[in-house]
Amino acid sequence: MSISIQDVEHVAKLARLELRQEEKETFTGQLNAILKYMDKLNELDTSNVQPTSHVLPLVNVMREDEPHESLPIEKVMLNAPDEEDGQFRVPAVIE
Amino acid sequence: MSLFDLKLQDIHNRLTNKELSVSDLVDASLARIQAVDDKVGAFLRVDEEGARAAARRLDDKLASGEERGLLFGLPAGIKDNIVTEGLITTCASKLLANYVPIYDATVMKKLKAAESVTIGKLNMDEFAMGGSNENSAFQLTRNPWNTEHVPGGSSGGSAAAVAAGEVYFALGSDTGGSIRQPAAYCGVVGLKPTYGLVSRYGLVAFASSLDQIGPLTKNVEDAAYVLQSIAGYDRFDSTSANVDIPDYVSALTGDVKGLKIGVPKEYMGEGIDPAVKEAVLNALKTFESLGATWEEISMPHTEYAIAAYYIIASSEASSNLARFDGIRYGVRSPNAGNLLEVFEKSRSEGFGPEVKRRIMLGTYALSSGYYDAYYLKAQKVRTLVKQDFDRAFEQYDVIIGPTAPTPAFRIGSKIHDPLTMYLNDICTIPVNLAGVPAISVPCGQADGLPIGLQIIGKAFDESTVLRVAHAFEQSTEYHKLRPSL
Repeated sequence: MSISIQDVEHVAKLARLELRQEEKETFTGQLNAILKYMDKLNELDTSNVQPTSHVLPLVNVMREDEPHESLPIEKVMLNAPDEEDGQFRVPAVIE
Repeated sequence: MSLFDLKLQDIHNRLTNKELSVSDLVDASLARIQAVDDKVGAFLRVDEEGARAAARRLDDKLASGEERGLLFGLPAGIKDNIVTEGLITTCASKLLANYVPIYDATVMKKLKAAESVTIGKLNMDEFAMGGSNENSAFQLTRNPWNTEHVPGGSSGGSAAAVAAGEVYFALGSDTGGSIRQPAAYCGVVGLKPTYGLVSRYGLVAFASSLDQIGPLTKNVEDAAYVLQSIAGYDRFDSTSANVDIPDYVSALTGDVKGLKIGVPKEYMGEGIDPAVKEAVLNALKTFESLGATWEEISMPHTEYAIAAYYIIASSEASSNLARFDGIRYGVRSPNAGNLLEVFEKSRSEGFGPEVKRRIMLGTYALSSGYYDAYYLKAQKVRTLVKQDFDRAFEQYDVIIGPTAPTPAFRIGSKIHDPLTMYLNDICTIPVNLAGVPAISVPCGQADGLPIGLQIIGKAFDESTVLRVAHAFEQSTEYHKLRPSL
């Protein structure tokens, strides 16, 4: 499979990245080279192989629903780029 | 001689006999950083005030004669993707340049309980993506053995700081070799524990199914002490393993008689530098002389591991790094008008090229129409890679090979070719896919640059990995070599 500059633009939009024209061109070339290498995986027949999402034999890790202390709002807001009355402030979503 | 050439037990005894104070240890660390870090560039941030205050507290405790923690007074450097309460944690990214964590990672809580002293935060490839530290947004870290060469990565600052004698030990993280490869390049010991043994809570996530925190030290015994201090179940990490933690230090018996070693031919083939191959073969002779036996084996899916890894790790990264949106923490672009621009501009101005490349690769692999072809396929190949290890461990106690195909390469020599950089991880990546533990120990040098021997063990069998590494170390002198800076 080969990807075009339009594919790169589409994926950048999905990833919320704004790429400059030269970045788009560089990534198109580099991603094609990387994906061509990934095609190597098709040499293997995996039709009867189960996927591994992670290696531990853990399924549905449950815990008791006990209340614990949460982080105080003032501390959480310490790193907020913009804040008002203990809430994250963002530009208007609906214009 | 540096204070840090003393063994942990010697330091402990000197503290007991009042021949040494914790403040002396911290002063020695700060003085060494002052003297050499201009050349090495390991530290992003030195917390002199915090370290001195901690030293005073520990010295007061010393005077009281109370029982001391396992790592009492030892100066430690922490990779900058492990959150430290009140101490800026950047992941070497512009996006987190101002991020002050409001809590400690579980490993930091454990180090505090073990009473080591945090000296500062160490450079890395941005968000742990890279193998050379050239992807740090802030500075280059240089190999203490030859400052024209990379220290490796992504825990390059951690390996360089230990090799340069700036700290007694360091913590790093390993997703595809990021502890072991820089340890090999800098001539120190680096241990990647079994996935799930050490809590990931407070480790800024790169690829959650692969990431694992571990120690970088000057010798195997220290690695055992640090692992002892940081291992264990944590309810804050949903993939934390609830297993009994053995006494790792008492496992270091020096005895490897009857040990069965498998040496994968795929780790010793094309692309492996002749000097590295020779060093590994010499190490195998050392093991023979100690009463162990080795055989060549085949791990047939090794050649597919890199492709599977870069799809899985990049996919997980594209999902994990979605949280950096300029809203709750990190740097928000001043150039953003509407909300979409807050996301796009903050991310585009904040992330460096390698991070963008992997987010792009992962987003593509997970996008509609490509999921089965890339992500699912890679997860199935991961199963085959893991089965290679399961089969090998039915017959062998450990698997041994090189940590990296070559010694440390020159700064600037690979940075423009991402695929070549990725292929350099051939010996370390399969271990992360299988989730098993592995250590890198110094086993030789070529042109003044260290070579690392990789010892891989069964899941949760760190005791054997450490015992084998220790037996090798004690029969050789490589761990005693120090760079001249």
